[in-house]
Amino acid sequence: MNETGAPILGARALRKEYGREAGLVRAVDGVDLDVAAGETLAVMGPSGCGKSTLLHLLGGLDRPTSGELVLAGQRIDHLGERALARLRLGTVGFVFQAFHLMDELTAAENVELPALLAGVSPRRARRRATDLLEHVGLADRARFLPSALSGGQRQRVAVARALANEPLIVLADEPTGNLDSEATLDVLRLFDSLHTAGQTLVVVTHDARIAATADRMISMRDGAFVDETRLTGGSTGSLGTLAGLEG
Amino acid sequence: MQQEVVLALLAKEPSHGYQLRARLREALGPVGDAMNAGQIYVTLTRLEKAGLVASEPSAGLADRPDRKVYALTPAGQQRVADWLTEVSWPRPDLAEFHLKLVAAAAAGLADPIAIVDTQRRELLRRLRDAQRAAMAEPDRSAAGLLLEGIVLRLQADLRWLEACERTWTPRRDQS
Repeated sequence: MNETGAPILGARALRKEYGREAGLVRAVDGVDLDVAAGETLAVMGPSGCGKSTLLHLLGGLDRPTSGELVLAGQRIDHLGERALARLRLGTVGFVFQAFHLMDELTAAENVELPALLAGVSPRRARRRATDLLEHVGLADRARFLPSALSGGQRQRVAVARALANEPLIVLADEPTGNLDSEATLDVLRLFDSLHTAGQTLVVVTHDARIAATADRMISMRDGAFVDETRLTGGSTGSLGTLAGLEG
Repeated sequence: MQQEVVLALLAKEPSHGYQLRARLREALGPVGDAMNAGQIYVTLTRLEKAGLVASEPSAGLADRPDRKVYALTPAGQQRVADWLTEVSWPRPDLAEFHLKLVAAAAAGLADPIAIVDTQRRELLRRLRDAQRAAMAEPDRSAAGLLLEGIVLRLQADLRWLEACERTWTPRRDQS
C-alpha cells in the first residue's frame, strides 16, 4: 500500500468533555493519533465509545476541550468559527451515515455545491462534479434527485461531494451504516479506489468489513484507544479453508 | 472434495472431468484456487469403483482419465437426490475458544482480553482476505455469493469477540 507519507493529521492528548461535576462525560479521553498521508485508518468501537465525537474534532465540526490537533502542519484546535468553516470546506471532506444530501438538488448539483461555495467558477465546478460522478459510477444519474437514487447510490454521491474540493483528508462516519450488503460492497470498492489514488481516509465504524479493508484499525472504548491492528501484509492462506474446502 | 459434490455436478449431463472442474471454478472463484486439479479425478475413480458413476472413453482418444466421459449410474442419481434433501450444516466450534478464556482467567495464566485481541486480529486478517476477494468479483456472481457467506460468518465471529471482551473486561479489573 501507499501509506508512506508524513503524518497529515496529528492529535495529542485530545479531550472532549460534556457536562460538569457528577454529570461530566469524557467523550474523548486523551487520544494520541497520527494519520499518514495516503493511509486508510479505521476506528472501531461500540456506539457511545466516542468515535463519532473524535471524528467531529478531527474535522473541525467541533472544538476539543483540550489537547493539540495539527492538520497539514497547522494547529487547528484553537481556530475560530470562520477559519473552521473554511477548513471544513476546503481541506476536509465528510461522509455521513445518513448521506445528508440536499433533497431538492440533483446529484450533480449536490456534488458541485462545495466547489461553488469555495468560489470555484460554475463551469469548473460542473466539470469537476461530472468527473467525480463518473468516478463513483453514477455518470448516468447526474440529473437525478436523491429521492430517485438507492441508498448505495446516495452514499456514492455523498463521497463524490466530499471530494469536490480535493480535500487533504476524507472523514467518514458509519458510511455503510444504512446500506445493505451489496451497496456496502460498492462503497468499499470506492474507498479502495480512493486509497489507490492516494487519498487519506479516516473511517469510524462498527462495520468490521470497512475496518478489515483499512491499512490500520484502532479499537476505541470509553473515549480512549485500547488496541491497534495493522492490516497490511501477508495473506492468511487459502480462502478455501475459510469456506470449508480442504486445502 | 466431497463425493456428493462431484456426483451432483454430473447430474446435469455426462461430462469430462475438465468440464466438472470448469463448473467448480465458476462456482467457487478464488475460493477454489488452492484446490488440487487432480483431486476431481481421484474422486471420480472412487465413485466409479463404488458403482455411482460409469465412464466411457471418448471416441478415438486414448484411455486416459482426463479423456473419459463420466455419467451417473441409477445408484449415483439416487445418492444425489438423497444428498439434496439432506439437512446438514457446519457446526461452529466456539466452545474451545470460550473454555480457553475461562481457563486462562481462572488459572491467572493469561489475560483473556489479550487472547481476545489476538484472535480478533487474526479474524480481521481473514475478513480482509475474503472482503478483498469479494470486491474483485463481479456483482451477483456465484463465487461472490460464497465470499459473502464467508464475510458474514467472520462478522458474526467478530461480534461474538466483542461480547467476550465486554464480559471479561470488568473481571480483569477485579483481579
